[in-house]
Amino acid sequence: MSCEQTPTVLHGYLDGELDATGAAEFEHHLEMCSECLKALEAQESLRSSIQRAQLYERAPVSLRRKVSAALPAARATGFSLSGMWMRWLAAAAAILLVASVGWRVFPGLRGTDNFEATAAIDAHLRSLQAGHLVDVASTDQHTVKPWFDGRIDFAPPVHDFAEDGFPLQGGRLDVLRGRSVAALVYGRRKHVVNVFVWPTAERDHAARSGSQLGYQWVEWRKGGMEFCAVSDTSAADLEELQRLISP
Amino acid sequence: MSVSYQGIGLDVLNPQERERFELLVLPHLDAAFNLARWLLRSQEDAEDVAQEAMLRAYRFFGGFHGGDARAWLLQIVRNTSYTWLEKKRPLELNTEFDEDLHLQPGPNPESLAIAGDNRERLKNALETLPPRFREVLVLRELEGCSYKEIATITSIPVGTVMSALSRARRRLQQALTQPAPQETAHEL
Repeated sequence: MSCEQTPTVLHGYLDGELDATGAAEFEHHLEMCSECLKALEAQESLRSSIQRAQLYERAPVSLRRKVSAALPAARATGFSLSGMWMRWLAAAAAILLVASVGWRVFPGLRGTDNFEATAAIDAHLRSLQAGHLVDVASTDQHTVKPWFDGRIDFAPPVHDFAEDGFPLQGGRLDVLRGRSVAALVYGRRKHVVNVFVWPTAERDHAARSGSQLGYQWVEWRKGGMEFCAVSDTSAADLEELQRLISP
Repeated sequence: MSVSYQGIGLDVLNPQERERFELLVLPHLDAAFNLARWLLRSQEDAEDVAQEAMLRAYRFFGGFHGGDARAWLLQIVRNTSYTWLEKKRPLELNTEFDEDLHLQPGPNPESLAIAGDNRERLKNALETLPPRFREVLVLRELEGCSYKEIATITSIPVGTVMSALSRARRRLQQALTQPAPQETAHEL
């Protein structure tokens, strides 16, 4: 790889958009080219400055209200409020009912028709509404883990995976299908990942995954805990996080 | 901007489709606002444009056949923003993609880190970039879009996203480490 090409390739590498061969070639090139290594460091430093500066501009409440009011027959409560979620929950409950019948009659449906994930995606969407993401905001696992003590009757495993590209952002209590669960929030580039954790008496099972409404989910059981990770990041990212949490 | 949304075909969707719109598109209102805010560099104008884009998305929703709802919405937000700029601030769109800056050596990481740690300076630097550089940076660094999504939103071939980002980041670095260029009169 010549340095003529690298100014551009460097960005593909930085953004994780090179294929495996391209990334390996660039890494090989980095070992020999101090100029590119320096340029990459500059880009990484620029990126972390941008992230620290928190330049993202969220929609103001006034805009939410205006959009809500302008849409015809918009629910009186507005789209971000309970009306929408009640109907969504009703739909989830209907799917649950159908699925649980299907589960008994057609056990083969079990892996494909995951209604646990529907509730988790619902909770994930809800968490993204302003101010709902974390009850305890901390990148320190030693702050987040004790926070759950006394709030729920189990101790979810809490680890920060910042070095692996999944920085812990905090935790909160959530409810999935009427059951209190711990929600751990991780960042993945600019995406938010919710990992829901609750105790289970059922046997461990390997990860299964799927996508709905443009959101990816991965669900697994290990050591008496059930986990469901949801995000709009890629399926590969979620599987990577799954392996970090339950190696 | 005072636009009346009454009676302009907003009853196009049946209840099921309306519900789908609420589930798939409305959750991306933050993304819509963020992109409009950075393209227009104004909170107030971004509110108007994001609202108009959202209602436009609602009217066109029949043509959305699944896939990436955020990218689909952001494409509409971007088009609405550019239409707005053409009408209200046409001079802003005349900035060329000039490659002269490529000839200058990149700043060193240390000076960049110092400049980049000042939020206001970073914000101003980003705002001084031509909109077509600004948008790829906003989509990548703030919105976390993949190259494929950026290509969809900005209507450029996916193969050119990497070089567009490379140029945009170079411009941002330079804006951060060099004195700001004179603002032109129309930006006042």
